[in-house]
Amino acid sequence: MAKARVKVPKSATAGEVVTIKALIDHKMDSGQAKDKAGNLIPRKIINAFSATFDGVEVMNVILEPAVSTNPYFKFSFKVPATGDLVFKWVDDDGTVTEAKKTITVK
Amino acid sequence: MKLTRRNALALGGAAIAITLVPVNAAFAATDATLADIAAFTGGAEVGEGGIELTTPEIAENGNTVPIEFSAPGARRVIILADGNPNPGVATFNFSEMAVSEGTTRIRLAGTQDVVAVAEMADGTYTQVANSVKVTIGGCGG
Amino acid sequence: MNTLNKTLTCTVAALTFATALYASETDVLVINEEITIPTSAPAPEGSPLDKVISGWSFRKHETQALQMDDFDNPSFIFVDKASDQWTKVEGTEGKSCASCHEDVEAFKGLRTVLPRWNEAKSELYSMENYINDCRTERMGAEPWKWSKGKMTAMTALISLQSRGLPMSVKTDGPVEPAMKLGKELYYTRVGQLDMACSNCHEDNYGVMIRADHLSQGQINGFPTYRLKNSKLNSTHARFKGCMKNIRAKPFGQGSAEFKALELYVASRGNGLSVESPAVRN
Repeated sequence: MAKARVKVPKSATAGEVVTIKALIDHKMDSGQAKDKAGNLIPRKIINAFSATFDGVEVMNVILEPAVSTNPYFKFSFKVPATGDLVFKWVDDDGTVTEAKKTITVK
Repeated sequence: MKLTRRNALALGGAAIAITLVPVNAAFAATDATLADIAAFTGGAEVGEGGIELTTPEIAENGNTVPIEFSAPGARRVIILADGNPNPGVATFNFSEMAVSEGTTRIRLAGTQDVVAVAEMADGTYTQVANSVKVTIGGCGG
Repeated sequence: MNTLNKTLTCTVAALTFATALYASETDVLVINEEITIPTSAPAPEGSPLDKVISGWSFRKHETQALQMDDFDNPSFIFVDKASDQWTKVEGTEGKSCASCHEDVEAFKGLRTVLPRWNEAKSELYSMENYINDCRTERMGAEPWKWSKGKMTAMTALISLQSRGLPMSVKTDGPVEPAMKLGKELYYTRVGQLDMACSNCHEDNYGVMIRADHLSQGQINGFPTYRLKNSKLNSTHARFKGCMKNIRAKPFGQGSAEFKALELYVASRGNGLSVESPAVRN
């Protein structure tokens, strides 16, 4: 089971630009590497990452096998109001990992 | 000097800035990269400026190379590694809430150019390319 | 000295000028913008070195930066996993780590004194030995492999509790024979390249070996996340890597030889602050 970590400020002022970090534990098998027996290890990567704020998408990333093991993203967005930031990672095998953090606007 | 997390990448950027030459003069992309750029732009002309890409001058290991870009106002940014077996790395899509910048870590198969192309809010395209040396270590690499 | 070795020495000398491109000893390691960790210390008594310097100081700024924030440091995904493991009941006795040890913070300082003599077992003990004793004797669970993911994650979590504290392994008393063996291994040339630990990490630290900047080979940051293999690496796994690089047959991970070498290398870095889990190339 992939483990995700996210770093989100607990609070912000309305309209403040905040920095978000997200990391997931994933090998990102590129489909190019071989195992000890010389067989190609099939591709298995996180192919999509997205961040959604109260149901509205903030940003998303389409990943290719050239993104490193344990994919890391840092991005920034303008917080409109108190709400939930939901992160979603999609694995090639269809598994979806989600994380949610609330940002409170004071 | 006092190294802080914030200026560490900036330092790398400064080193790049010295060696950086205009994109179209120095950057001779492979056909695969040109095809990926054309697919991204729909064949539109690609200009320069309005996008910054920060990469290490020399990466200590090609498995994990930190990169950072900023393209104020861009709707989409594609990152390509010109010397990889497949140039595609990642495509960032930004809503109006997001700041059009991002940081990630990528795999580079060897010394090569890393290219970032942005689609700006007015539908025009701009690109930047940085050369990254990837060392094959004696022991650490 | 054989021809290969001479060639290597020449290469190393020729590339010395490149050192200036790299991070210097004056860089300051500040983690999370609040914890300052000294990356050098006066050499311990009897050391052949003038001072002991952390491997962090030998890395490029981009690699150094990864260790300066606990989110940017990918080790912490494994620390998180170990925290979950800490309270997970396993084995026939219905126990987890927390059943006996409650809070992992209780292990503050432990990393600085390991490996050490275990009186009850009459044996030199590394952290991995203690963990597996807990698993097999107290929990009735399967032992973990020395350098596999669950073990390195747990040693990272336990070592983290000592971050910033100076290494201070004991070198006298019952561990004296192990110290002697460790020292002998450190200075003995082995493998097809006919090299000893000391050839790189004592005689040539600070210079380039091909594209690599040689460090003193200190282990105060282990287990450490390496960019090379994108995972936590144990000290013994790193020793194995070094031995393979010099085309020698490595000792087993967890062997008496590697534990003795771990103790001796740790003693060479006594005074250097624990950085575990660090980030290296």
